[in-house]
Amino acid sequence: MRGLLAALKEITRYPSAMVGLFILAFILALAAYAVITIPYGEAIRLWRGGEATWRYNPRTAAPAWIDYLTPKKLLRTVILGPEDAQKEVKVLSERTRRLIFTYTLDYEADVFPSELAVVFKSQYEKKPPRVEVIWRTPDGREFSFGRQIPSGKVHWYTVSQDRDLIASLRGAPEEVLFQDPNAPEKTLKGIHTITIKAYVFEPEADLEAEVVVYGTVYGIAGTDHLRRDIWVALLWGAPIALAFGLGASFGITISSIVFAAIGAWFGGWVDAVVQRLTEIRMVIPTLPILIMVGLFYSKSIWVILAVLIGLNLIESTVKQYRAVFLQEKRTPYIEAARSYGARHLRIIFRYLIPRVIPWVIPSFVLAVPAYVFLEASLSVLGLGDPVLPTWGKLLSDAFSHGALYHGYYYWVLEPAFLLMLTGFGFTLIGYTLDKVFNPKLREI
Amino acid sequence: MEPLLRVEDLRLYFRTTKGIVQAVDGVSFELAPRTAMVVVGESGCGKSSLAKAILRLLPRNTHTYSGKIFLDGTDVMALNDEQFRREVRWKRISYVAQAAMNALNPVIKVGTQVAEPLFIHNNLTKSEAVNRVVEAFQLVGVPVDFVDRYPFELSGGMRQRVVIAMALITSPQLVILDEPTSALDVLTQANIMNSLKRIREELELTYILITHDISTSSELALDAMVMYAGQIVELGKAGHFFLEPLHPYSQKLMASVPTLREDKDLEFIPGQPPSLINPPTGCRFAPRCPKRFTTCEKEPPMVEYKDGRKIKCHLYV
Amino acid sequence: MQDQVLISVRNLHKWFELRKWGFIHVGFVRAVDGVDFDIRHGEAVTFVGESGCGKSTLARTILGLYQPTKGEILFQGKKLQKLGRWYRAQVGYIQQDPYGALPPFMNVRRILLEPMVINRRGTRTERERRIREVLEEVKLTPVEDFIGKFPHMLSGGQQQRVVIARSIVLNPKLLVADEPVSMLDASVRVEILQLLRGVQEAHQLGVAYITHDLSTVRYFSERIFVMYAAKLVEKAPVKELISNPLHPYTQALLDAIPDPDPENAHKFKEVPPGEPPSLLNPPPGCRFHPRCKHLIEGLCDQEVPPEFEVKPGHYVSCWLYK
Ligand SMILES: Nc1ncnc2c1ncn2[C@@H]1O[C@H](COP(=O)(O)OP(=O)(O)O)[C@@H](O)[C@H]1O
Ligand SMILES: Nc1ncnc2c1ncn2[C@@H]1O[C@H](COP(=O)(O)OP(=O)(O)O)[C@@H](O)[C@H]1O
Ligand code: SF4
Ligand code: SF4
Ligand SMILES: [Mg+2]
Ligand SMILES: [Mg+2]
Repeated sequence: MRGLLAALKEITRYPSAMVGLFILAFILALAAYAVITIPYGEAIRLWRGGEATWRYNPRTAAPAWIDYLTPKKLLRTVILGPEDAQKEVKVLSERTRRLIFTYTLDYEADVFPSELAVVFKSQYEKKPPRVEVIWRTPDGREFSFGRQIPSGKVHWYTVSQDRDLIASLRGAPEEVLFQDPNAPEKTLKGIHTITIKAYVFEPEADLEAEVVVYGTVYGIAGTDHLRRDIWVALLWGAPIALAFGLGASFGITISSIVFAAIGAWFGGWVDAVVQRLTEIRMVIPTLPILIMVGLFYSKSIWVILAVLIGLNLIESTVKQYRAVFLQEKRTPYIEAARSYGARHLRIIFRYLIPRVIPWVIPSFVLAVPAYVFLEASLSVLGLGDPVLPTWGKLLSDAFSHGALYHGYYYWVLEPAFLLMLTGFGFTLIGYTLDKVFNPKLREI
Repeated sequence: MEPLLRVEDLRLYFRTTKGIVQAVDGVSFELAPRTAMVVVGESGCGKSSLAKAILRLLPRNTHTYSGKIFLDGTDVMALNDEQFRREVRWKRISYVAQAAMNALNPVIKVGTQVAEPLFIHNNLTKSEAVNRVVEAFQLVGVPVDFVDRYPFELSGGMRQRVVIAMALITSPQLVILDEPTSALDVLTQANIMNSLKRIREELELTYILITHDISTSSELALDAMVMYAGQIVELGKAGHFFLEPLHPYSQKLMASVPTLREDKDLEFIPGQPPSLINPPTGCRFAPRCPKRFTTCEKEPPMVEYKDGRKIKCHLYV
Repeated sequence: MQDQVLISVRNLHKWFELRKWGFIHVGFVRAVDGVDFDIRHGEAVTFVGESGCGKSTLARTILGLYQPTKGEILFQGKKLQKLGRWYRAQVGYIQQDPYGALPPFMNVRRILLEPMVINRRGTRTERERRIREVLEEVKLTPVEDFIGKFPHMLSGGQQQRVVIARSIVLNPKLLVADEPVSMLDASVRVEILQLLRGVQEAHQLGVAYITHDLSTVRYFSERIFVMYAAKLVEKAPVKELISNPLHPYTQALLDAIPDPDPENAHKFKEVPPGEPPSLLNPPPGCRFHPRCKHLIEGLCDQEVPPEFEVKPGHYVSCWLYK
C-alpha cells in the first residue's frame, strides 16, 4: 500500500500527470457538487419534469456567457412580476373592479426575444376575470391584444402563439413589437410600457400577472428543446460517467485478473476452460448485445453496466495477465510460500495477484475513458437511460433535434467537451502511472 | 616501455532521477603492452563503467565524459565518434561485455554472430570471413562445426567462448573482459582461464580483466587495480597485491577471500559501499575503514609506495 | 541427539518427463537419479556439484515440493508423504536469489508473519515477539529500522538475512539452503555464511547446504557430498575430502579451484576435457567416464560403480576403489 502511495507521490513530478490530476479533480468536484446540490431523486424529477417545471426558461437558449463573446447584446429572460408592476384599482360597481398593472421594460438587447408570454394568476369563486394587454413600444406605438378570460388559477397566455395577433401584426409578435419600424432587422431600444387591464367581478376576486420576455441565452449551459437547464445534465453527467467508467473498468479488470490468476496457477483443465472462455468471449461482440439488452430488456444504466461487466468477466486481457502470472508462478517467493505451507487460494490472492497490481493500475485507468464513451455511444444510439440526465443523453437529444443544423452548437459542444476532458484526464494519468509503475518505460 | 594504454583523469557520470552517479571518478593509469591487468572491487564500484568509458560505449543518460585516453601514444579522445568506432573500437580494443553470453541473438547462428565485427570493420569476402571465424573458434576451443548452431544449443561455457571468439576475431591489441567467467562452473571457469592464458601468449595480447572474484583473477593477473566507489585505491603488480595488499580496503578484500587449502579466519567488510551519487567527502572508504584516523576527513592523495605501487590512502603519505 | 538421523534419503529418483510440443514423449530428464544419504540432527552437510547436476531438484524433493519418482525420504523415521503440512514447519528453505525469494510487495514484518499465520502459530503478540527475535538473531538491528522496509530497500546481504529469518521463524529442525550466497558479493558471502553457521549451531539444526563453490565449504559444514550428473559420487567429512579426495571428479574439482596466488598466472591447470553429460541420455556405466583419465575400459564404461567405503565415513562411487 505504501508503495502505491509513494508511486502516487511520484507521479506529481510529471507535469502531464498534474494536468490530468487537475482535470480529474475538476470532474470529481463537479460530480460532488452535483450529488450534493441536486440529490439523485431530484435530478431525475427535474429531468423528467418537462414543460411544467421549466416553463419560465427559454427554449434552446445558448449559455449566458456567450453574450461576452459576441458583439451583439443578447437577451436574458426578463420576468416582470407583480412586484415590478404599478397597480391601480378602480371600483366600478359593488362587485366589479378594474385593475390596471403597468410594467416597464427597458430593452437594450440587439436581438429579439425568443418568445413572449403573460401569466395570469387569478382568484375567483365563480366568475373569472377578463384581461387585456396594451403594449406600448419605446417609439410610442400602441398595440392592444390578448383580450380574453383566463381560465383556471394559473393561465398561460403565450403571446407568441396568438394567431389573431400574428395575423394582425403580420409577423411574429416577439419580433414586430421589438422591431425598429425603419430597420426591421434591428431592435428598437428603449422603454416598453406594458399595461394589463383586468376586470374582476367578485368582491374577493383578485388577479396578478407576470410578463415573460424569453431571452436568447440562459444560465451557465443554456437550455434544450424542452426548456430544461442543460447545466443540470452536465452536472449529473459527471457522477454518472465516473460511476459507469470506473465501475466497468474496475469490475472487468478485477474479474479478469482473478480468472487469469486461477487459470495460470492451477494450469491443466482449469486453465484450458479459462482460455476457451476467453476465446469465446473474444468473438462475442459487446455492443450488439448491449443494444439488444437496451432494446428488449432495460435501458437502465445500471442494468447496462451489470451486463457489460458480466459480458467481460473474462476479457481478452486475461491472456496478457495469464502470461504474467505464468511467469510469476515460477518466481522463488511463490516456491518459498509453498515451502512454508501456503495453500492455493492464499497463493493466488496474497502472492500472485498483488504482484500485478502496479502493472494493472495504469491499464485500469486507461480503460476508463473507453467505458465512459461507450455509455455516451449507447445514449446516442437512443439506448441511454431514459430517466437520468447524462452527457450521452444530451448529445443524443441534440442530434435528434438538429442542434448542429440549427446552430445550437453549445448543446453538442458542452457534453462533448466534458466527455473529452474526462477521457483526456484519465489518459494523462494512465500514461504517467504506466511510466511510474513500468520501469522499462521510465527514463533513467 | 611505451605504455599501450594511458588513461588520465577519466570520468564517466550518469544522470539519474536521484542525482548524478559518479561511476568513474578521476581514474588514471597506464597499461604496458602484453600485460594482463585485473580490476577488482565490490559490485557497483564502477568496474564495468570504466570499461565502457575506455570503449566510449556511453549510455544515453551520460552526464559527463571527460579525461584523456592515449592508445599507443595517439590521443583517441580527439577522434570523433565515427572515427573512434571505425578505427578503435573492436579493431584495436575489443570487449567481452558482462553477461554477453546471455545477450547473443537467439535466432542467428553463432558463426554469423562471431563474424559480425568483421563485416563492420574489414571489407572481407565471405570466404575470408569464414576462415577467420574458424580460426577464432579453434583459438578459443569451440568445435568448428558449432558455427551453424544457435546459441540455445550451446552450454554456458561454449557460449562464453563464442563471445570471446567474437572479441578476438578483429585481431585487437587490447581485450577488455568484463566478468567473463563469473556465471560459470569451476571446471568450465578453469578451462576458459587456461584458454585465455594461452591466447594471450600466442597472440601477444593485452588484457584488462574485470572481476569481483579475486581467486579466479589470480589465474590471469600480472597487474592489479583495486577500485572503490568509482576511484582507484590501489594499483600495482599483481604479486604485491595478492601477497601483501596495502590499502585497508584491499586488505579487507583479500581477507574475505575464502581459501580452500589454508585454514584462515575469514573476515568481512562491514557496511556497504557508499552511494556514488553523494560519495563521502574525504576518503571514500573511511566509513568502513578499521584504520581510519582524523586526517582521513581530507581526500587522500595517490601516493607511490616503495615497490612502485600507487595507493590512495593517508597511511602511506 | 547428535547421532540420531534427522532425515534419511533412500534411492531417491526424480525424473522429469520431456515432451515435444507438449505431448510427444521424448524421454526423461533424470535430474536426481538414485541418491542415498542421511543428515543427522544438528549436522551441516554440503552438496557440491556443477550447475545442472540436479542439486536444486534434490533440494525441492527434500522440501516436499516435488513428489519423488522413486525412492523414499524419511524424516525422523517417518515417510514424508504421510507427514503433510506438519512437515512444512519442520524445514526451512533458503533460496539462491534473495530478492526473488521475497515478495516485493510485502514488508519485512509481513514476510515474517506469513509462515506463522499460515501455520496458525501463536497469538498476535507472540508473533510480533517472534518477528523481533528472529530479526535480532539474523542481526538486522535495530529491528525498528528494518521491520517496515520492503525488499527493494535492502541490500542483497540484508535481503538474504530476511530470507534466513523467514526460514527459521517456525523453529524448524532442518534447513535447506540452495546456493544461499552465490548471488551475493564476495565480501558479503562470508558474513552470511558465518551467520548461517551461527544459527545452525545455536539451534542444532540439520542443514543441507547446496553450492557449486567448494571454496566456502570448509567454513561451513561437517560433511561434503559431491554430486555429478544426478548422482552422489563421493561423501566424506570436510577435512578428509579436501586433503584426500578419492573420486577423479572430486580431484579435478579441487584442482580447479584457485587460491589467490600470483603464481597461478604462470601455470596451466589440468582440467578434465568436455562437459557434464546430458541427463536425458546419461552415459552408461560411470557417468564421469567420458572425461576420466583413470578410466578402466570394459568396466567403467559399462557398469555403474557401487558405493565403496574406503575409510570409515568416506564413501566413493568409483571402480578404482573396489
Ligand atoms: N547507465 C547507467 N545509468 C545510471 N547508473 C548507472 C548506469 N550504469 C551503471 N550505473 C551505476 O554506476 C555504478 C557503477 O556500476 P558498474 O560500473 O556496473 O559497477 P560494477 O561493474 O563495478 O559492478 C553503479 O552504482 C550503477 O548502478
Ligand atoms: N521442472 C523441471 N522440468 C524439467 N526439467 C527440469 C526441471 N527442473 C530441473 N530440470 C532439469 O534437471 C536438471 C537439473 O536441474 P537442477 O536441479 O536445477 O540443477 P542444479 O540446481 O544443480 O543446477 C537440469 O538439466 C534441468 O534442466
Ligand atoms: S585514508 Fe584513512 S580511511 Fe581511507 S583507507 Fe586510508 S586509513 Fe582508511
Ligand atoms: S569409475 Fe572409472 S570412469 Fe568413473 S571416475 Fe572411477 S575411474 Fe573414472
Ligand atoms: Mg560490472
Ligand atoms: Mg540450482
